[in-house]
Amino acid sequence: MQNTENGYGTAAIIMHWVVAISFFALFGLGFWMVDLGYYDQWYKKGPDLHRSVGILLSMLVIVRLIWRVKQVNPKPIATHSQLAKRASHLMHITLYGVLFVIFISGYLISTADGRGIDVFTWFTVPGFGELFDDQADIAGAIHKYVAYGALALVALHAIAALKHHFVDKDATLRRMLSSKYRT
Amino acid sequence: MKKLLAGVTTSLLISTLAMTASAADYVIDTKGAHASINFKIQHLGYSWLTGRFDKFSGKFNYDENNIAASKIEVSIDVASINSNHAERDKHLRSDDFLSVDEFATAKFVSKKVIDKGDGKLLIQGDLTLHNVTKSIEIDAVKIGEGKDPWGGYRVGFAGKTRLGLKDFGIKTNLGPASTHVDLELHIEGVKV
Repeated sequence: MQNTENGYGTAAIIMHWVVAISFFALFGLGFWMVDLGYYDQWYKKGPDLHRSVGILLSMLVIVRLIWRVKQVNPKPIATHSQLAKRASHLMHITLYGVLFVIFISGYLISTADGRGIDVFTWFTVPGFGELFDDQADIAGAIHKYVAYGALALVALHAIAALKHHFVDKDATLRRMLSSKYRT
Repeated sequence: MKKLLAGVTTSLLISTLAMTASAADYVIDTKGAHASINFKIQHLGYSWLTGRFDKFSGKFNYDENNIAASKIEVSIDVASINSNHAERDKHLRSDDFLSVDEFATAKFVSKKVIDKGDGKLLIQGDLTLHNVTKSIEIDAVKIGEGKDPWGGYRVGFAGKTRLGLKDFGIKTNLGPASTHVDLELHIEGVKV
């Protein structure tokens, strides 16, 4: 479970990949659902699922951040250049940042009239109504364009990991796939 | 005889004065919110979905004795559409429906007002909505007029009209029962 200076524990690895898969799923679902016709089977189901998974994902990312702060952070791999170390750290912080911008803006769209957000049939996250003028429209634009930006950042993040794996042939990507590098 | 003539002249004068006084300009009381532009549209054919435009302004001219000379002009801030559901309203403002970014204002300008008697009026005019201008007819009825308790003078009407979504270039398909939207207008004017 635990991280060490050399590698990630199972908890960090699982959370990383669940967040990654959920991000792509929510992006795809969101992109697709906004153009559904009124009589489409998914017209209601799509947004309901998007909101529910979005709230759960935001909770997971909060847990993940707490875990990250409480754990030892694995040190960058020694062969990485100074630039790669700085850039990857900045990328990680930015990714967390844009995720929260997307979570908060999404929440603000759906709660602009004071309605809460139902997470499946399990619980409801309360809404606080319109906190600023044109909230649904402004939050909607932010949600959309920051999600596009996040997709570009995620692509960069993935390309960088693949570069380390295939070009530099170091353990960067393998460390996020297995906890055996901890020793 | 002289007295009678004088009496007739006076009463004529008074009624003329009264007539000119009743042909007057009014401002729609949006400030005090004694006016509303409501709409309703069928949901799947199972119920009515209602909403309104929160922001609009307008003025009219009305003369009880010469209704045909009446005129009305109303501007609506289309983005103020409010169906009591933030996500739906966002959708209604989008390019799927009203495209408020491009076409922020709707406007109605009357061309002809027909007195149908009994306080009933037929108002014909041009409505510009979603960048489409079409002539429409509003069935209206005067509700009442008179002095208000605060030194002003008011007259109020209720009106109804039906618009086809396609006629105004709104192509999103909401189903066969929901091709038209009914507008219900409640207008109170304060004499200026």
